[in-house]
Amino acid sequence: MTEAMIEFREVSKVYGGATAVDRLSLTVPRGQITVFVGPSGCGKTTSLRMVNRMVEPSSGTIIVDGQDVSTLPAAKLRRSMGYVMQAAGLMPHRTVVDNIATVPRLNGVSRRSARARARELLDVVGLPQALASRYPAQLSGGQQQRVGVARALAADPPVLLMDEPFSAVDPVVRHELQQELLRLQRELGKTIVFVTHDIDEAVLLGERIAVFGVGGRLAQVAGPEEILRAPADDFVAGFVGRDRGFRHLGFYDDSGLAVEGAETLPKSALPNARPAEWTVVVDDGGRPAGWASPKEPGTLVSGGSLHRAGASLRTALDAALSSPSGRGVVIDDDGRFLGTVGATAVIAQADRRRAEAQRERAGSQGTARAGAETMAGGGT
Amino acid sequence: MEWAIANAGRILSLAGQHLVLAIVPLVLGLIISLPLAQLVRHNRAWRTGLLTLSSVLYTVPSLALFIILPVVLGTRILDPVNVVVALTVYAVALLMRSALDSLDSVDGGLSLAAQALGHTAVTRYFQVDLPLSLPVLVAGLRAVSVSNISLVSVAALVGMPNLGILFTEGLQRDFVTEIVVGLIAILVLALLMDLLLVVLGRFLSPWARFASGGVPGRGASGRRAAA
Repeated sequence: MTEAMIEFREVSKVYGGATAVDRLSLTVPRGQITVFVGPSGCGKTTSLRMVNRMVEPSSGTIIVDGQDVSTLPAAKLRRSMGYVMQAAGLMPHRTVVDNIATVPRLNGVSRRSARARARELLDVVGLPQALASRYPAQLSGGQQQRVGVARALAADPPVLLMDEPFSAVDPVVRHELQQELLRLQRELGKTIVFVTHDIDEAVLLGERIAVFGVGGRLAQVAGPEEILRAPADDFVAGFVGRDRGFRHLGFYDDSGLAVEGAETLPKSALPNARPAEWTVVVDDGGRPAGWASPKEPGTLVSGGSLHRAGASLRTALDAALSSPSGRGVVIDDDGRFLGTVGATAVIAQADRRRAEAQRERAGSQGTARAGAETMAGGGT
Repeated sequence: MEWAIANAGRILSLAGQHLVLAIVPLVLGLIISLPLAQLVRHNRAWRTGLLTLSSVLYTVPSLALFIILPVVLGTRILDPVNVVVALTVYAVALLMRSALDSLDSVDGGLSLAAQALGHTAVTRYFQVDLPLSLPVLVAGLRAVSVSNISLVSVAALVGMPNLGILFTEGLQRDFVTEIVVGLIAILVLALLMDLLLVVLGRFLSPWARFASGGVPGRGASGRRAAA
């Protein structure tokens, strides 16, 4: 098992009579994204804030990189970790570049080199240099959030704490930021603790997911696939949601799924075509543009979602179900039409993959259980 | 008008003295009330107590204060220190509420953000709370500056040289022109000070134009509420 970067040992937080976090024992492995997920009031944010001592635990110990955090000066400890919060939390009176430079400046780095580093980070998070001297209010929500990430990375900390960072932006921008975070993480390999209430976000980003229940109880810690496939109890099952069976298809790639080739119709030939059955219409570049219907010759019927070869069975099934013809359109990496798949074929393949996975798990169950025990033992 | 031109030198010199007597207490008031506000900000009892005390202090008539202070401070009756101290008391009394309001206007989320980044209490006060509270503070300062400039003229009653002298003299000599000139001079002074504060505020918080509604952190908290 990977080395632990952050370790919670029997950590509790009690406010008055209310327990926010209840004897949490958990290890966060180095270089991975660990997601804390749960409904509001489950103690996930409190747990995160105890790592950098914005909240002091009522009892228990938190170890970061071998050191008990309660023995370190709070401000210095916080500067040793990146922190990204909801709605970015940028200082409105500082320009973008000075916002990013905040932590190096607090660490005593000269203004000149802190700004130089900040400008580098604009590139890292995919923002144009032209934004450097703007104020946060002049930026879009998505851009502000990128600046927030850049600011957290400025002192190159090994640990990033992210508190619902993408929950205040619209779904399209959120998707973009999530993909960007995954890209960044592939390059940087930080230890990231990411708090969210959105199970889809947790499954997308998390290499390990800790599901928190009401009353600050840790309900389950596992990889995303296992959380969806085998929720530890009714609470986790309920939280993961009704679509978890469908979502679980996202963990199977489409290898073995037979794509049927099909006749296509060039877009230019559409007005005069009299197709006998539903036919995919392609543009000059061979990319699908929609469907030609046998009932309404000459009109272009817009298509459903597309399945890129190599992606998961989830997108394949969605492509089939959303298609007007009932057949999902498969494309290659350049967006060119490859063929079609039917929903029944996808489901049959899903059945086969699940049976395979079950056989594999049965074979390796002994080692998996030993691993689980080591993990629980690490908390004492 | 002819009288004003003939006495321009004297009027300007009185205006200068008037300005000094108004500005020094304003600056002292700021230096006293800002740290005081930060100290009592999070303690409800202290906060209420200090605000009540400020209101009481402000109700003490200025003339009384000009006469009592030499006794208390052991200064001569014509010592400008009396006026400076008296007006500083009023400035602190007025600025206390402005200082508290301005610090309160800073979005709590931003204070939390500053803490999370690793600001110490001191760097947070000077680098986050103070600059962010500036727009609201300047609004309070403008009120105090106008009030101070008018209060200084009362000190003329005890013989302190400033534009108020034009009132007492004009009254004694039954010379309306002098009173009118004094009035206009004080108005011009008040307007100039106000303008100066506005320009200074703009210069020190260039960001405020972009923040929605000019209130620090409003945009951020608005988004949080929407989420």
